Amino acid sequence: MKFLFGVEAFCLACFVLLSQVSAKNSEDIRCKCICPPYREVEGQIYKQNVSLKDCNCLHVVEPMPVDGKDVEAYCLRCECKYEERSSGTIKVTIIIYLSILGLLLLYMVYLTLLEPMLKRRLFGHSQLIHSDDDVVGDQQPFANAHNVLSRSHSRPNMLNKVEHAQQRWRRQVQEQRKSVFDRHVVLS
Amino acid sequence: MSNGGGAASSTTHLLDFLEEPIPGVGTYDDFHTIDWVREKCKDRERHRKINSKKKESAWEFTKSLYDAWSGWLVVTLTGLASGALAGLIDIAADWMNDLKEGVCLSAMWFNHEQCCWTSNETTFAERDKCPQWKSWAELILGQAEGPGSYIMNYFMYIYWALSFALLAVCLVKVFAPYACGSGIPEIKTILSGFIIRGYLGKWTLMIKTITLVLAVASGLSLGKEGPLVHVACCCGNIFSYLFPKYSKNEAKKREVLSAASAAGVSVAFGAPIGGVLFSLEEVSYYFPLKTLWRSFFAALVAAFVLRSINPFGNSRLVLFYVEYHTPWYLFELIPFILLGVFGGLWGAFFIRANIAWCRRRKSTRFGKYPVLEVILVAAITAVVAFPNPYTRQNTSELIKELFTDCGPLESSQLCQYRSQMNGSTAYTDDPNQPAEPGVYSAMWQLCLALIFKIIMTIFTFGLKVPSGLFIPSMAIGAIAGRIVGIAMEQLAYYHHDWFLFKEWCEVGADCITPGLYAMVGAAACLGGVTRMTVSLVVIVFELTGGLEYIVPLMAAVMTSKWVGDAFGREGIYEAHIRLNGYPFLDAKEEFTHTTLARDVMRPRSSDPPLAVLTQDDLTVEELQGVINETSYNGFPVIVSKESQRLVGFALRRDITIAIENARRKQEGIMLNSRVYFTQHAPTLPADSPRPLKLRSILDMSPFTVTDHTPMEIVVDIFRKLGLRQCLVTHNGRLLGIITKKDILRHMAQMANQDPESIMFN
Repeated sequence: MKFLFGVEAFCLACFVLLSQVSAKNSEDIRCKCICPPYREVEGQIYKQNVSLKDCNCLHVVEPMPVDGKDVEAYCLRCECKYEERSSGTIKVTIIIYLSILGLLLLYMVYLTLLEPMLKRRLFGHSQLIHSDDDVVGDQQPFANAHNVLSRSHSRPNMLNKVEHAQQRWRRQVQEQRKSVFDRHVVLS
Repeated sequence: MSNGGGAASSTTHLLDFLEEPIPGVGTYDDFHTIDWVREKCKDRERHRKINSKKKESAWEFTKSLYDAWSGWLVVTLTGLASGALAGLIDIAADWMNDLKEGVCLSAMWFNHEQCCWTSNETTFAERDKCPQWKSWAELILGQAEGPGSYIMNYFMYIYWALSFALLAVCLVKVFAPYACGSGIPEIKTILSGFIIRGYLGKWTLMIKTITLVLAVASGLSLGKEGPLVHVACCCGNIFSYLFPKYSKNEAKKREVLSAASAAGVSVAFGAPIGGVLFSLEEVSYYFPLKTLWRSFFAALVAAFVLRSINPFGNSRLVLFYVEYHTPWYLFELIPFILLGVFGGLWGAFFIRANIAWCRRRKSTRFGKYPVLEVILVAAITAVVAFPNPYTRQNTSELIKELFTDCGPLESSQLCQYRSQMNGSTAYTDDPNQPAEPGVYSAMWQLCLALIFKIIMTIFTFGLKVPSGLFIPSMAIGAIAGRIVGIAMEQLAYYHHDWFLFKEWCEVGADCITPGLYAMVGAAACLGGVTRMTVSLVVIVFELTGGLEYIVPLMAAVMTSKWVGDAFGREGIYEAHIRLNGYPFLDAKEEFTHTTLARDVMRPRSSDPPLAVLTQDDLTVEELQGVINETSYNGFPVIVSKESQRLVGFALRRDITIAIENARRKQEGIMLNSRVYFTQHAPTLPADSPRPLKLRSILDMSPFTVTDHTPMEIVVDIFRKLGLRQCLVTHNGRLLGIITKKDILRHMAQMANQDPESIMFN
C-alpha cells in the first residue's frame, strides 16, 4: 500500500518536473489566424509555426487571397491568436495513467479470480472457510482497544508485515463494501 | 480541564509525573462525532508546551518555528498535489472522451483537437477534420461517410461507453467503495466533526482519480467538480499525517481540510477566489480567519500548479472564455429573472426526484445490483445521446459552444441561421433570405437535449461511480438560456418596431447576445440546485471572464434561490445528508420552538435510569459490566448515589483502553480491584488488590445546563461550541444527558420528519 502510494507520488513528481523541463518542440507553438468570408473569398484558417512577434495577419496569411488595396480590409476582419501546448506532458500523462490503470486491472483480476483459486489449491477447502470467519467485523467493545494497543507489536519479518498489512486492508475494504453496497448506510 | 499529562499545576502529586499518557486515549471510533472543545484544548496545551520550552535551546527554538510553519507547509503540499492530480484528470479525461470517436494515428496519445492542431487541412466550415484523425468507421470499414459507417460509429461509441462504465464500477467495488458518489455531502459532515475512517485515505484517492476519468469518458451525465473536491481533501488528509500537529488533532485537521476543499474547487474551475468562497459558504462548518488565509493560499498554489502544467496552450486558461463585451439592456432583466425562476423550479424538481430515486435505491431491491444499474444507465445514455450532436459531444464543450456568441468567425451549427439573417447587410448578395431551417433544427435539437439531460441526471447522480453535479446543471441551464436567447433575438429581429426594442435596438445591429442568456441560465440552474449565492457568482465570472455581466448573474441567482427556497429549504447536499442520516447540525437553520431542556433530555420517563459511575465505589468487574450492558458512548461520574453531585464525564472508549492498558502494564489489577476517579485512592482494607486510578481520562469540566434552559439556547451552544453531549442538572444534582443525536431527533420531530432516520452518534 505504502509502496504503491510511493510509486504514485514519484510518478506525479516526475510528471510535474517533466512538464517544466521538456524542451519546446517547434511543433508545439503555432499562430492560428481565422479569416471570415469576404466578398468572393471563402472563410479560411491559416496556421504557421511562428513566434509571438510574428503572429499577425501579414506574416501568417499566405498566400494572400486578395489584392493590394483590399489586404488591409481583409486583415482587419481576421483574428490571429498565438497558442502553445506541451505535447510531451500529454504523452507522459497518458502513459502514466494507462500504466496505473493496467496495474489496477491486473491486481483486480488477481484478487477476484486468481487468489481464491490458488488458495483453494494450496491450502484446501477448510482453510478458506476459516479465513472467511476472521473477516466478520469486530463487535465486542474491547476489540478496538486491542487494535489500538497492539499496533506497537510488529513482527520483524518483512513478508509477514506485508501480508499483515494486506489482510488489514482487505478487512477494511470489506467493511466499507458492506456499509456502502449492502446496508446502504453511507453514500446512498 | 481534561489532561493528557499536564505538569504545570502546583498541586500535582508525585505519581502524576510518572504517569505517561495512555496511548489511544483521545482518539475516536469510526462513525462517531469528535469533541471540538477537547480537541481545541489539546491543541492549546501542546502549543503552550512548545512555547514554554522555546527559550531553552536552539533545537527547541527550531522546533517551535517548525510547529508554527507546519500549517503553511501542509497547505502548500496539498495545493501542489491537487493541482497535479487535476492536470492528470483533465488530460486523461479529454483523451479518453475522444477515444469513443476514433484515434489519432500519428500520435496515439492525442485527442481530436490536439491531433488536428498542426494540420493545414482544416477548413473554415469544418474545423475539426484532418487526415490524421480517423474515426472508428474509417479504421474498421474503410469509409468515413454513409449509413454503414454511421452504424459502425454508433456501435463503437456504445461499446466504449459501456466498457469504461463497467471498468469504473468494478474498480470502485473491488478497491475502494467509498470512492463513489460526489463526496461533498460526506465532506460537509466530516468537517462538522464526524469521523469516517478511510473516506479520505490513499486507496480512495487513487481509485477516485482513476475512476473519475473513466466515468466522465463514458458519456454519463455527470461532472468532475464535486469529486475533485474529494480528491483535494484526500490529499490534505494524507499530508496532514506527516505532521504530528495535525495528525493527532482532529480539529486542526479540519482546518487543513477546509483549505483543501478550496484548492479542489480552484482547480476544478480555474477559479481560486470562487474556491475560497465555496469552502466558506458550502463546505466548512467553522471558518475562522486563519482558515480563510490558509484556504486562500491553498487555492493560489493549486491554481498556479495547474496553470504551469497546462498542456493545452493558452486557449484553455479560462474554462469557458467569453469574448464578447456587448452591453446588456435593462429590459433584458425580465428574461434573466425568468431564467432565474426556471433555475429555481428545476432545482426544486431535481432535488425531489433525485432524493426519491436514491431512497428507492437505498431501501428496495433496486440497490442490490449496483454494477448492473451503472451499465444500464450508461447504455441508455449512450444509445440516446449519439444521434443528437449536442449530447454526443463532451458536456464541457457543449457549454463552451453555448456560451460563445455568434460572430463572423464562428461556424458552429447554432450560428448558421445567424449568417443567413445577417446576409442582408454585408456578406451575400441576396437580401431577402429569411432565417429558417438552421434555427428551427438547432432549437429542436437543443430542446431534445434539454429534456434528455434533465431526465438522465436524476438517475446518474448517486450512482456507484464518482459523479458530480455542477457541469450537468450548468449544461441544462445553458441550453435553456440559449433557447430563450435565440427566441428573444428572433423576437427583436421580427418585431423591431415594438416599443421595447425600438428604444434600445437598432435595425441590423445585434442587441441581444444569446451567449449571455446561456451564461445566466447556467448560473441560475446551478444556484437552484445547490442554493449557493456569492460563491456561485464569483465562480461563474471567474469561469467566463465576463465582468460586465455580474448584475444579471446576481439577479438570476437570487431569483432562483428565492424560488427554490419556496419549495424546500435544503440544497441537494443537505438533502443527501438527511437521506443518509448523518449527524449534521445545520448552522443555517433556526430553531424556533419553545421546548425546554428537560423535554429532550434522556432518560425520559419510560427509559431505564441514567447509567452513571460513582467516583470511588466501583470495581473493575462492575465497571466492565456497565460498559457491556449499555451502548452509551460516555458516562457521567458522580460523587455517590445519595448525593448525585457531578464530578465529571468519562468516555466509553477511553475507559476500555485504560483498563486494557492497566491490565497489561500494571501488576495486581484484578477483577475486584477498586476503580477510583479521585486524586487520592480511597481507604481500603489491607488485603484488597491494587486500586486502579482513572483520573487522567476523566473530563473534569463537562458542560451542564439546567433543566429549564430553553432548547434554542441549548441548540445554539451545541452549534457554536461543537459539543457532543451536554449534562442536565436540577438544583445542582445530575438529572440527565442531551446528546447531539437527541437534538437532531428532536429537530426532525419538530419538523414532522422521521426521527428514526438519524442513524449515527
